[in-house]
Amino acid sequence: MAALSINNVYKTYANGTDVLKGIDIAIEDGQFLILVGPSGCGKSTLLNMIAGLDDITSGDIVIGNKRVNELSPKDRDIAMVFQSYALYPSMTVRENISFGLEIRKTPKAEIDATVNRVADMLQIKHLLERKPGQMSGGQRQRVAMGRALARNPAIFLFDEPLSNLDAKLRVEMRTEIKLMHQRLKSTIVYVTHDQIEAMTLGDKIAVMKDGIVQQFGSPQEIYDNPANLFVASFIGSPSMNFIPATVVESAGQIGVKVCDDKGCVVLPLPHDKAKLAQWVGKEVIFGIRPEQITDARTAHRDGLPEMSCHIDVIEPTGPDTLVFVSLNNTKVCCRTHPTEAKHPGESMDLVFDVSKAVLFDPQTEARIA
Amino acid sequence: MFKNLTVGRALVYAALLLMAIYYLLPLYVMLTTSFKSLDDIRAGNMLSLPQAWEGGAWAKAWAEACTGVECGGMKGFFWNSVKMTVPAVLISTLLGAVNGYVVSMWRFRGSDALFTMLLVGCFIPFQVVLLPMAQLLGMLGIANTTTGLVLTHVVYGTAFTTLFFRNFYITVPDELVKAARIDGAGFWTIFGRILLPISGPIFVVCIIWQFTQIWNDFLFGVVFASGESQPITVALNNLVNTSTGVKEYNVDMAAAIIAALPTLFVYMVAGRYFVRGLTAGAVKG
Repeated sequence: MAALSINNVYKTYANGTDVLKGIDIAIEDGQFLILVGPSGCGKSTLLNMIAGLDDITSGDIVIGNKRVNELSPKDRDIAMVFQSYALYPSMTVRENISFGLEIRKTPKAEIDATVNRVADMLQIKHLLERKPGQMSGGQRQRVAMGRALARNPAIFLFDEPLSNLDAKLRVEMRTEIKLMHQRLKSTIVYVTHDQIEAMTLGDKIAVMKDGIVQQFGSPQEIYDNPANLFVASFIGSPSMNFIPATVVESAGQIGVKVCDDKGCVVLPLPHDKAKLAQWVGKEVIFGIRPEQITDARTAHRDGLPEMSCHIDVIEPTGPDTLVFVSLNNTKVCCRTHPTEAKHPGESMDLVFDVSKAVLFDPQTEARIA
Repeated sequence: MFKNLTVGRALVYAALLLMAIYYLLPLYVMLTTSFKSLDDIRAGNMLSLPQAWEGGAWAKAWAEACTGVECGGMKGFFWNSVKMTVPAVLISTLLGAVNGYVVSMWRFRGSDALFTMLLVGCFIPFQVVLLPMAQLLGMLGIANTTTGLVLTHVVYGTAFTTLFFRNFYITVPDELVKAARIDGAGFWTIFGRILLPISGPIFVVCIIWQFTQIWNDFLFGVVFASGESQPITVALNNLVNTSTGVKEYNVDMAAAIIAALPTLFVYMVAGRYFVRGLTAGAVKG
């Protein structure tokens, strides 16, 4: 187990495309780092560079206290779980797990003990003599994890390990990976494009886009305080609402004006007035998460601004009902209690919790407040 | 069996039967002729069975027939061909396997260009390489030897075998190689432990292809070998063209079948893997 730091890392391909443009990430020993972003953001490239499967154009990658830029994958003390599992097709599960140990000339008795320990832990003992072709996706995925675990490396690398599984199994395995991390206290770097995996698993999340880390922080920080419009839209499901709105000042309070087809309401903002003052009269993007627009019963707090809105569509999910309304000609999703939700065509009083709302500059998409 | 026989079905079977007869007829004529006596052949009943089955033509073709001034039959040349074909097939197949492994799994700057150049090798006609190859074999001092023929066939065949193996390995996910590298395996360990064990089908394809090509080759044999070291195809030609009075069709036929037997044998033994290998990778397993 070891800390990992990535210092100002660049990756440029021979044809001149910049894939990574100055990545700075550092995690401590035992932390679970998520690299998340849409496809093509460079997250897998970065993982391959940590593994040593891809060259680093400039910058440093440090595992523990050792700069590993020039080390080959086998000398970096890492293990990796791949999206396709990459189990050796001609070998049994036992051979798959012991292959790495055997190459490193581990004594036979120790290999056997390790294979048994890992097989017990992942409950794959009954599969040891099978070949990858004779197993289901979930079983292969366990074996792939077993292979990584057997090596007991300084850092585990996961490259979208759950994306080939069906939805139910994915959730199960997610919990197991988290459990494994809590038990082994291992350092993990985990690549995913799934923001729910990112939120649920990570100690630290690096949200990436176009080869740049857009934001690096704990899941809650990233959820509550997104650095820009991209991060805000990428993390959270259903996604944050982005309502184009004008900043107005009335009665010494600064707020945003939102209208539906019947009328307008000014939602006062509790944010830093100095920051907002220069935006008065200008258009901003008002970002508010679905759970921050809800019915009075769920909000159970007084003094929040309310607005009666015309309901377009409702989507019951079971625990909540998502109510869609139209504000400033934008579709807005609100999360309400199932028994409080009204029907399409009716009006409903919605409470806006503006304390966690965020504002973005419509041109630069940067955070204003 | 005939319960579902419709007119359409019957037509299909009839057509198939006709094609089968069409392809099998020459073999039938060769086989029966080789067991006939010369008088029987001269009687002109090409399609009839021998009046009396005689194995004499086979014995003569194998050990006594004249190929030019020598009269030792096909025996010596058969072994020449074996000595040429077996090493040439094995060496070119192994080289192709390693080449295919490199150009599909260990891409380096210019590896695509290298592969394209190798590919062009498949399209160079035999005749083009005759003179330069003759010069090269002369310089190496292996002109007119079986070793020289082996070298020629290895050089010529590697283009094809590389293509076969490359196209097979390209369907293997490269994450396998990445995983093995992280596990600490090197270039040869990955090849030997991970890829070779799954390469069975493509080896069969390659071996059948190369065996047929090399065993049946006439041009390189006739140009680069002479006398003692000639392969069986050249000897067969000489045997058929050497006439001392009477044309012994039965001996010619027996000699031709002897020359074709090994390729037939390879097809019978490995043929079913051939189709399987050609389509392997078409559907991801």
